Amino acid sequence: MKRSRLSLATREALWAYVFLLLPLAFFLFIRIWPAFQALWLSLYDWNADPSKRVFVGLEHYAQMAQDPLVARSLRNTLLYTLIGVPAQLVLGLGIALLLNAVTRERLRDLFRAIYFAPYVTPAVAVAWVFSWMLSANFGVVNELLRAAGLPAQDFLRNPSLALPTVAGVVVWQNLGFQVVLFLAGLQNIPRDYYEAARIDGADGRQLFRHITLPLLNPVMVFSAVIGTIGFLQLFTQVVNLSFTDQGGPLHSTLTVALYIYQVAFGRFDLGYAAAITVLLFVIILSITLIQLRLLSRRVEY
Amino acid sequence: MLRSFVRARALWVVLAAFALTSAQAQVTITYWQYDFKSKIEAIDELIKRFEAANPGIKVVHQTFPYDAYQQKVGSSIPAGQGPDVVNLFYGWLPTWVKAGYLVPLPENLVNPKQVDNDFVSMAQSAKIDGKYYGLPTAVRSLALFYNKDLFQQAGIGKPPKTWAEFIEVGKKLTVKQGDRYTQIGYGISPDGQDHHLVREVLLRQMGGRPYSDDGRKVLFGGPEGLKAFTMYTDWVKKHGIGIPNFFPGNNGYRDGFIAGRIGMIIDGSFAIGTIRSGAKFNWGVAELPVEKVGGRKANFGSFWLHSITPLAKGPKLEASVKFLNFITSAEAQRYWLEKVGELPARKGLIKDPKLSLDPVYGPFILSLSYAKATPFVDEAAQRTVIVNAINRVLLQNVDPAQSWKMAMEEEQKILDSFYK
Repeated sequence: MKRSRLSLATREALWAYVFLLLPLAFFLFIRIWPAFQALWLSLYDWNADPSKRVFVGLEHYAQMAQDPLVARSLRNTLLYTLIGVPAQLVLGLGIALLLNAVTRERLRDLFRAIYFAPYVTPAVAVAWVFSWMLSANFGVVNELLRAAGLPAQDFLRNPSLALPTVAGVVVWQNLGFQVVLFLAGLQNIPRDYYEAARIDGADGRQLFRHITLPLLNPVMVFSAVIGTIGFLQLFTQVVNLSFTDQGGPLHSTLTVALYIYQVAFGRFDLGYAAAITVLLFVIILSITLIQLRLLSRRVEY
Repeated sequence: MLRSFVRARALWVVLAAFALTSAQAQVTITYWQYDFKSKIEAIDELIKRFEAANPGIKVVHQTFPYDAYQQKVGSSIPAGQGPDVVNLFYGWLPTWVKAGYLVPLPENLVNPKQVDNDFVSMAQSAKIDGKYYGLPTAVRSLALFYNKDLFQQAGIGKPPKTWAEFIEVGKKLTVKQGDRYTQIGYGISPDGQDHHLVREVLLRQMGGRPYSDDGRKVLFGGPEGLKAFTMYTDWVKKHGIGIPNFFPGNNGYRDGFIAGRIGMIIDGSFAIGTIRSGAKFNWGVAELPVEKVGGRKANFGSFWLHSITPLAKGPKLEASVKFLNFITSAEAQRYWLEKVGELPARKGLIKDPKLSLDPVYGPFILSLSYAKATPFVDEAAQRTVIVNAINRVLLQNVDPAQSWKMAMEEEQKILDSFYK
């Protein structure tokens, strides 16, 4: 009988590659290939018939530089990210710490399920409920403001309040996911470290600063990167919170992703939309790379 | 020998018969529209009738949620997978045609002169460079819906005939507690139908017109335009007969009316069904008020049309046009009115006195004779221009004259970039 000349390790590796081939093919053809197509598309004026697409070179990129709505949506998207990501990290960590302190496991699971519920609630339903809660005439939020002697606000209609309000709704919806991540991260930190530190006389704050935070770093980085990408691609909640005036009032909630959608499918100007997509892609890629560089630290004890 | 000959003959006969039936059932065409229950059922029924009359053609009916509809069309047709006959809002036509998603109706199958004669005049917005790109089954116009019970409680006998009366009625029906409205006179909704109201109704009533005849120049920036625009924003700023977003959500103005909290709304005939099934009080419909008694009437007309895509070629094209002609025929339009409740697009049908005297359909029907469809080139962007002009005044206290001038400039830019 002939024995295989390959070692066991090599054979295992080969099998791993075979199994990886399928997802790799998926990513190449469903994800990466279309991305390159967008790049190619952005150089043409769109037509449903490929033979009628006119090559325009970098014209769409020049048009982008002149388009006030591109500038506006970029600024808005940046604002959403700057408000949303830190807010959901801080709140997510805070709630996870509180839940981690709940020692009865059943109760903790229940709370975790409650916090996770918004994450799996359809955005349309969330938008509907929030638009009523925030209503100037009938909303419970304004009821509370009035009770506190504060003036009522039309949160979603006021151009200077609409963006932070939408960001708040998104944070509320993402919070559960953050909590679950942080909770898992917290439970992965070995108890021994805390006990050892306590024996050495460390107080609560020191435990948090020197053990919890550093050991949560991988989770932090993951959350920050995923959260940032999510906010940079923000679309669904914005559309649903102002359905008949999408991105309104007065473009105050317009995001890049929504603008791309409007240009592509409201105007059938897919060439220009592809150019803005390339811009968004470059922005997301560079921010993510910078984040990974700055935030990742190896912590070993 | 003989037997095998007979057998061969029999085989040939069978084959020939099979070929004949399959040739007859050979053409399959696809029709697309967005999800709307009564429209889906109506088209299903019309397909049944059409297939019975045309045994050689099979029609596949596919529908998509409204939010995803344009996206679906936009990506499917270039991939060669989409519809042969497609339903679209008339305002999308120029961008769809420009991007190569539609083909003109062949003149030997649809005679443009005949269409000019048979269909209400607004159907001509489906004509580009003298060629029809589609036909409607039904058309829509605007009218005033009013809550008869609230009118009676406030001692108001009749719906307002002029805008001055409209304001008076609106004031009587507005109830405010502290800084909160609990009931409003007019369900103002810039992003509902009101942007049409300003552009096509108020402006024309004041003697203006929105665009030059070739549609390339914005003309609403003149004094009539500003007068119309200021009158509209004054309903909120000066008279306080309503506030936008009184009821939140998509079509909040209609929801608020149905909930009995809004005295009057201006809405399209397409809203009749929803209001009829939702409102639990006596309501009526009236023609839109005018500037002064006997003054100029104006209305905004719009429609969804059926068009042919480049995917319909050869026998499919012929079958598609046949189907399109059938679903826009007088028979289909009569059925559509009964089933969906939308007004027929053929002149012959709207002359029916039974329809024009109907208390609900009547005002819409009467308005059709003077309704105009805005010649949009980029409907979504042009809608936003007017909505933003209104919102700048209502939400940011910008001076109406300044806001209106900005709107004119923004809109001219949209036209210029389309016609460049």
